[in-house]
Amino acid sequence: MPMLEVKNIHKSFGTIEVLKGITFSMEKEETKVIIGTSGTGKSTLLRCINQLDPPDKGEVWLDGEELTNPSTDINKIRQKIGFVFQDFNLFNHLTALRNVSIGLEKVKHMEKEQARERAMNELKRVGLEKQINQYPAQLSGGQKQRVGIARALAMDPDIILFDEPTSALDPELIGDVLDVMKSLAGNVAMLIVTHEMGFARNVANEIIFMEGGVIVEKGPPKQMFQNPTKQRTKEFLGRISTLYGEE
Amino acid sequence: MSGLAITIQLTLLSLFLASVLAIVMAFGRTYGRQPLPFFILIYEKIFRGIPLLVIFILVYFGLAQIGILIDAFTAAIIGLALHSTAYQIQIYRSAINSIPEGQVIAARSIGMSKLKAIRYILLPQMLRLSIPGWSNEFTIILKDTSIAIAIGVVELMRQGRYIIVREPQSALSILLVIALIYFIFVFSINRGLSFLEKKYHISGLEITNVR
Repeated sequence: MPMLEVKNIHKSFGTIEVLKGITFSMEKEETKVIIGTSGTGKSTLLRCINQLDPPDKGEVWLDGEELTNPSTDINKIRQKIGFVFQDFNLFNHLTALRNVSIGLEKVKHMEKEQARERAMNELKRVGLEKQINQYPAQLSGGQKQRVGIARALAMDPDIILFDEPTSALDPELIGDVLDVMKSLAGNVAMLIVTHEMGFARNVANEIIFMEGGVIVEKGPPKQMFQNPTKQRTKEFLGRISTLYGEE
Repeated sequence: MSGLAITIQLTLLSLFLASVLAIVMAFGRTYGRQPLPFFILIYEKIFRGIPLLVIFILVYFGLAQIGILIDAFTAAIIGLALHSTAYQIQIYRSAINSIPEGQVIAARSIGMSKLKAIRYILLPQMLRLSIPGWSNEFTIILKDTSIAIAIGVVELMRQGRYIIVREPQSALSILLVIALIYFIFVFSINRGLSFLEKKYHISGLEITNVR
């Protein structure tokens, strides 16, 4: 049985139907990348999965539990689903260390010392051992995003959802964040919305191409980049590669 | 001196009561489920629309009419608190609204309930941001206590009047002394609050040194 199952998700905002029936599944420790033009519902899909924006129709299952069931304790399940945001969303009044440890203390009810230690380890893992006592406003964009990743990791999630984690970063900072994400591949399942095609090609087990609220095509990176079966996929990847250059 | 003590008690007790009520209501208005925000809005409109003097009279004499007897001092505290709450809600609400919503979403994403997100993420930031507006409200309450004369509370101003009646020739100097007492009180508390503001500023988010 797959770890994460997304079944026929529909979501509308007002009269606009953003997701028109999305179905896919993920295995443990698998890395999937979702690509597609802006406004096709990629971010909405991620938010439908952890119920930040509950879908109108369809089901989401994680480890045999149905998240879309209203009687499910969603706060408990969200601990198993990390979320990394495009604009970081760090807690401004807390240091990097406290940003990571607060969830351990207040949600997982860990001892303060123990939570601190765990947070320290996670920050080391993302290369920020020197910045633990700095506030978000004192960090660069790339450092902020790595704190965001450490915050998600600390909760011991089964899967981490990344919503365009490098889109708000300067080009020279993107590499640091992508390196951290690469190092996670194979340790924890990752579902990543990104425009970083080089990363997608090298790290993903599968690439999902979305357009107009549906999945147009999915497959392993090699097949998707070399012989996509759908015309739309070809066009999209062609346009992206002339924009960003072939790797 | 007892007049000053009454003034200080009136100020601190009603301020405390109003702050607690207003913080709860501000969160209720922003994050509560309907019809709660609607009722809080109505409360706000009513108590911002009625002069404090009328509130005092309604609380003191109005409650007495329906058989609830409270002394003037208690009535003054309730009146001041009801009045100030309506204003303070706005202070906290603007502070809450200035905190990026993404932080609440992030808190929810690591499994915090709405209440935990409010308690650990919003509240600490909101209180810091509210200090300037709150220190205004403090001075307003302090001076509004003098209106409690109307229902017979013997506070600083009333006691001053007693002395003036006894020694009418020194009325001006007595009033100046009263004004000075109010001023010293307001000044020292505001100094304390701006110290707090500096002590609990959020590193990197202060707006100082930009001139």
